[in-house]
Amino acid sequence: MCGIFGVMDKRRQLMDGSSIRQALSMMNERGSGEGAGYVAYGIYPDYRDCYALHVLLDNTCESKAVVDATLGQWGAIEHDEAIPTYDQPNLRKTCTPWRYFFKPDATLAPGSASPEKDIITNLVMQINAAPNGAEIISSGKNVGVFKASGWPEDVADYYRIQDYEGYIWLAHNRYATSSPEKWERPDPFNLHDWSVVENGKTTTYGTNRRYVESFGYQCSMSTDSEVIACLIDLLVRRHGLDINLAIRALAPPFWEDIDRMPEAEQKLNRALRFAYGSATMNGPFTVVAANPDMMVGFTDRGKLRPMVVGECGDRLYIASEEAAIRAMEPGVESITRPAAGEPVIGRVAP
Amino acid sequence: MSSNFGSMPLRYRVAIDREQCMECGRCIDNCSYGVFRRDGDRILINSRNCTACHRCLTYCPRDAIMLQEHPCDYRNHPVWTREVRESIYNQARTGKIILAGMGSVSKLPIIFDHLMLDACQVTTPPTDPLREPVELRTYLGKKPSKLDFRQRSNGDVELSTELTPNLMLETPIMLGHMSYGALSLNAHVAMARAAKETGTFMGTGEGGLHPGLYPYQDRMIVQVASGRFGVNVDYLERGAAIELKLGQGAKPGIGGHLPGEKVSADVSRTRMIPQGSDAISPAPHHDIYGIEDLPQLVNSVKEATERKKPIFAKIAAVNGNAENVAAVARSGVDAIAIDGFRGGTGAAPRVFRDHVGIPIEVAIATADRELRKQGLRNEVSLIACGSIRESTDVVKAIALGADAVYIATAALAAMGCRVCGNCYQGLCPWGIATQRQDLVDRLNPDVASKQVANLIHAWTLEITELIGAAGINSIESLRGNRDRLRGYMLDEGLLEILDVKSVGA
Ligand code: SF4
Ligand code: SF4
Repeated sequence: MCGIFGVMDKRRQLMDGSSIRQALSMMNERGSGEGAGYVAYGIYPDYRDCYALHVLLDNTCESKAVVDATLGQWGAIEHDEAIPTYDQPNLRKTCTPWRYFFKPDATLAPGSASPEKDIITNLVMQINAAPNGAEIISSGKNVGVFKASGWPEDVADYYRIQDYEGYIWLAHNRYATSSPEKWERPDPFNLHDWSVVENGKTTTYGTNRRYVESFGYQCSMSTDSEVIACLIDLLVRRHGLDINLAIRALAPPFWEDIDRMPEAEQKLNRALRFAYGSATMNGPFTVVAANPDMMVGFTDRGKLRPMVVGECGDRLYIASEEAAIRAMEPGVESITRPAAGEPVIGRVAP
Repeated sequence: MSSNFGSMPLRYRVAIDREQCMECGRCIDNCSYGVFRRDGDRILINSRNCTACHRCLTYCPRDAIMLQEHPCDYRNHPVWTREVRESIYNQARTGKIILAGMGSVSKLPIIFDHLMLDACQVTTPPTDPLREPVELRTYLGKKPSKLDFRQRSNGDVELSTELTPNLMLETPIMLGHMSYGALSLNAHVAMARAAKETGTFMGTGEGGLHPGLYPYQDRMIVQVASGRFGVNVDYLERGAAIELKLGQGAKPGIGGHLPGEKVSADVSRTRMIPQGSDAISPAPHHDIYGIEDLPQLVNSVKEATERKKPIFAKIAAVNGNAENVAAVARSGVDAIAIDGFRGGTGAAPRVFRDHVGIPIEVAIATADRELRKQGLRNEVSLIACGSIRESTDVVKAIALGADAVYIATAALAAMGCRVCGNCYQGLCPWGIATQRQDLVDRLNPDVASKQVANLIHAWTLEITELIGAAGINSIESLRGNRDRLRGYMLDEGLLEILDVKSVGA
């Protein structure tokens, strides 16, 4: 189960979180009240040049000291503070959400095409893999993840999600199958630019994880979205694939379809499947992913999980259910349900 | 010089139910080992010659023949087993190395049997192969690890990465290398036809390519072994791929052995060796004394065939397997076949067959892991071989990291072989491992090829069902997907090496 929701404003008009909360709660019957999360792009304009690190700390002494020390090694902390939270009767607080605004020292990753992001990637993996009571749940510029164990409304109210304004929002209503008590477990997962929400459970977690780990990523959360975020980062940032091709690599056409394509296209698709066989995701999933410039949605090639797309003015919506879109945009102009293998790619205006 | 051993206890006892027997004599005609003979209207039996090949049982119209193994007990002793004692008697009498046929007979646990497969229940739905596509198509060969594109003048992007040649298999099951010479021409033709029919490939073994197989050459992987039998440029050019045999699981560290009895006129021509002479391949390739020599051989074979064909290398699974595989992966080959210690053979010294090498399950798992660790996994495909017995072994081998498998003994069994282990005698009553024309004629290539194709087809269907049930609709999503395996009663150390969790985890 699980319900997912994404909305993007092509002109970067900001939306506050209250309507996202409402949309997500329309899909409560897809969740189990044990996890929900939100991610928004554009929420930290004052620190737009810093990497915003959202961290869940077991305690604000030892765990925080580890994070402080690690960040100190890799760059400079411009500012840090507890993320404002407001206790909710139905949320059992198990950690303290904290945020850092951080500038990595690019000279520490010589020879890299994107040194800052390499540093952030390593930093996140290093801190999350170690048993240090700290989990970095988001790490991009001008973006932040807010998540906890509970119903979407309680999680939203706990963070006062309505106080944040973003031009892209993704949200996730979790149907827990393991570790319901862990606040880091619900989607979204974020790795600097990319955030991912998934409805589904791939049957290739092991293959995909081993694949990204052979490129130096470390997955510590045993959950699909974490691996998907790494896969997209690898394919798009490090291998330079266009998002279209990256999605095609993750959910490729069947061989019999490839056999019928024109020569050049056949060659391209065969090459993608050759190169990225271990990156291919199998099993039922709908994924909505975003980075600062786009929001994309795609499904497994059998489309075993729903994906509804809505458009209204400058807004693009992708959700598990139409009701969620209508909750936010009652007058939505177009509702479509793309066929299996048809990704949805929306870009913000440059 | 005689020995004092006299007559050894019988291995098998053959008996005829005289009530049932109609003295038709079919058993006499069928037994190439001379177990049966006629005395008037009575059939006499010499059980000592029996190999349990079952040919007589199969053709007796009255089901009158009974066969018993070890009819005579030794004093039971857990240390001085029957096998140990008999080997001693045998060697005390002959002073020689004991040769044995087929795969290892050691009673070590089989890891495949302790690996359980996964299936979907509620959190993910199974895929139903009757209604949805499940792809088993497999490409063997080098794959790019990343793609490059170039911008065309009209703004379109175009792939600039050139793909190296791959073999396309419709199913991840290939027919392994068994030479013409070890096997009859009819057996080879049968398997070649089956490979063609099922969209897969067959290995020639180290015996060259008989002209009778030219019609199927686009389905043949031609082997170059240390003896270089039958190798010339014409041979290389005919194959769909070329395999350099560096080792063999049944006898790691030593070369192939074809007894002279099996070197018929035709075999001698195909192998380019004198008729009747033993064909003993050297242990090493005499142009490979170190790993740095291998790329030279790979390159010369590639050059000879204009870089149009994938080059495979086959190695035996031994302790330093991960290291060997990583070394070979750097040599420019396109695929590596790893042969586990249970691999079959026509003839191998018993001590090698039963004691040298490591299991294929471990070898594939460590090879896949090491290649991934070193970023070389896309450089080569991995082929598992050496005792792949059924479709579940194929699925488990792929989940441990293989791209495809070679089957050999299973293919022989599909043609009638009873795994009697006497291939080296050259008297195979099924017409499979023999060159005696009257015996060869017993194997009808039309019938045998259908049987081999049936086996491959049946396994392919089972694999489709098994991976569909696991929610996987493409075989490459199974490759190295160890999370879909669980170890049942395997120790912690082995689980860690296989990178598989215990049942319940
Ligand atoms: S084949 Fe059977 S029935 Fe015929 S002679 Fe032999 S044992 Fe008797
Ligand atoms: S192929 Fe070998 S093992 Fe099989 S029946 Fe013939 S002789 Fe026996």
